[in-house]
Amino acid sequence: MSERKAASRRVVNESGIEIKTAYGAADVEASGGFSHIGEPGQYPFTRGIHAEMYRKRPWTMRQYAGFGNAADTNQRFKFLIANGQTGLNVAFDLPTQIGFDSDSPMAEGEVGRVGMAVDTLRDFEVAFDGIDLEQITVSLTVNGSAAILIAMYLVMAEKRGYDVAKLRGTAQNDILKEFIGRGTWIFPVEPSMKLVGDTIEYCAQHAPKYSPVSVCGYHIRESGANPAQEMAYAFCIAKAYADETLKRGLHIDEFAGRLSFNFNIFGNIFEQVAKFRAARGLWAKIMKEEYGAQDPGSMWMRMIAAGGGGGLTKEQPENNIVRGAYYALISALSGTQTMALCSYDEAYTIPTEHSARISLRTMQLLIEEMGLTETVDPLGGSWYVETLTNQMRDKMVETMADIDRRGGIVSLVAQGLAQAAVSAQAYQMQKRIESGDFPKVGVNCYREEEEEAKVEFHPYDEDDAKAQVAALDAIRAERDGRKVQAALDRVEADARAGANVMPALIEAVRTYASVGEITDRLVTVYGRYREPVVF
Amino acid sequence: MSERRIRVLLAKPGLDGHDQGAKIVVRGLIDAGFEVIYTGLRQTPIAVANAALEEGVDVIGLSSMAGSHLPFCRKLRPLLDERGLGDKVCLIGGNIPATDHAELRALGFTGIFPTSSKIAAIVDFIKEHAQ
Repeated sequence: MSERKAASRRVVNESGIEIKTAYGAADVEASGGFSHIGEPGQYPFTRGIHAEMYRKRPWTMRQYAGFGNAADTNQRFKFLIANGQTGLNVAFDLPTQIGFDSDSPMAEGEVGRVGMAVDTLRDFEVAFDGIDLEQITVSLTVNGSAAILIAMYLVMAEKRGYDVAKLRGTAQNDILKEFIGRGTWIFPVEPSMKLVGDTIEYCAQHAPKYSPVSVCGYHIRESGANPAQEMAYAFCIAKAYADETLKRGLHIDEFAGRLSFNFNIFGNIFEQVAKFRAARGLWAKIMKEEYGAQDPGSMWMRMIAAGGGGGLTKEQPENNIVRGAYYALISALSGTQTMALCSYDEAYTIPTEHSARISLRTMQLLIEEMGLTETVDPLGGSWYVETLTNQMRDKMVETMADIDRRGGIVSLVAQGLAQAAVSAQAYQMQKRIESGDFPKVGVNCYREEEEEAKVEFHPYDEDDAKAQVAALDAIRAERDGRKVQAALDRVEADARAGANVMPALIEAVRTYASVGEITDRLVTVYGRYREPVVF
Repeated sequence: MSERRIRVLLAKPGLDGHDQGAKIVVRGLIDAGFEVIYTGLRQTPIAVANAALEEGVDVIGLSSMAGSHLPFCRKLRPLLDERGLGDKVCLIGGNIPATDHAELRALGFTGIFPTSSKIAAIVDFIKEHAQ
């Protein structure tokens, strides 16, 4: 039995807000009243970006998947779709994410391990074969090499006969958070920002339905940020991308409607719901008042809310199925557009078909059996949730102001200071968990003596990597080498000239130039990032 | 007179970018009084071996979350031996399945600290083995 402290103890949530035993109308008034709430589908969208929300269409179910080669991944995609999944979220292996080809010495032991290996356009052709890209929207979880993979996706779709001007889909393409957590950076901070601007500008002009960036509070939370900071960091980063794009002469309404967000869910249920409601209102206000957006779509905080790995435990892994169900509930109560869940075995392995299906069924249960799609913002009007929503917004505003006071997010990231601040908090949390001050079931309370590895491991086959390299060799032999070289020369020249590199990337991937070959040319111009180590 | 502090190299092998755990361990080891040299991400086996030699460390620690620890350690072991570092205490932590522990021990990684290990356990292991 976990030791419960006296009822009079002081309770403070992770974001630093003191929680009372009970709430009433006076608490809402004292925290700022009901003025920030509005109606569902109306500014400031605190209650949801659409008036009808899930009545019209339930959230998109988009489990993260990908491993081995493109053919293996295509099979898993089809399995998920056959089980009712409504979107894809593609996992790439680390060499692909960092711009190394499968035959690079840096890729040794890593090809196809944590996601699908992609070297050339051929891999995309195979991975999405037989998948209707109008019915199933595809999210590419890639950042360092995102510009190249976005180009590849657009070319693949165009070759399949889709009109790129109408094509929907998302790329993660949030490089600033990669410097804070997750770590798949390639170029230094400044050219990395430039590349994000290139993708937003290009998509606004040529693929206006495509979402070129999904700004991630998710990984910053995983790296140690509290829930209010998660949103504050993400908004500072999103503003940095908007500023980069505005420099090119676009109007905010030409691109802000395609910016989206990726957030994390673990921890206190009410803190999470309040976090999302507060953030929706805050983002709308920032877009309208600071950026002069007029199109309501520009003010929408569209998001994927994902049941986060940071909340799951390696101990008693079946408990993670239950945690996942609560996370999905939070996500639905928070009005997310898209939902994903880490599977219960992710502390051990890439999800098996079995565990991926449990995650999917968890979301389907909420839609079909639990009444979560019937009413918009069901917790709206709760004195507790409204008070907390006001207080979470204040915390986010405070944190954003603090980041700006210290020089802004781009500068803090470039100096390694954002990374250090977040990791210092992760260390404090680790100490709280180790001391039992922060309860974690199965970890510091209700522990059991247990054998490891009750889960089924996803196999990793080193022969798959050899096959991937052989396939790359074959493509190099059959493609038109002169066209490839000319296209790569243009990538380098455009990068050097400071032009938008997207048109050159599109032409390069079309010749079957590889991710590594293109990245090398960009590195020639931009250099590689050197990680500041600050503690 | 105070004795020389134990020096620990902590490295992130391969392309894995998940460094939250490694950075927690760095802070924990510093608080425990060790000198810690953290390499940052993307270390190759040769870079780790060279850093261990140049920094004159007593302990070499790796943090791996993305599954490529065995091929990495197989390459690192002879590089350490060639540099006369065969007797250094080697630790590895992160997502390290139990099925890999025997081979890691055979490669000299006697301290294995899978996800959810406590900082104190790592500190105690170093104190016990690196004197």
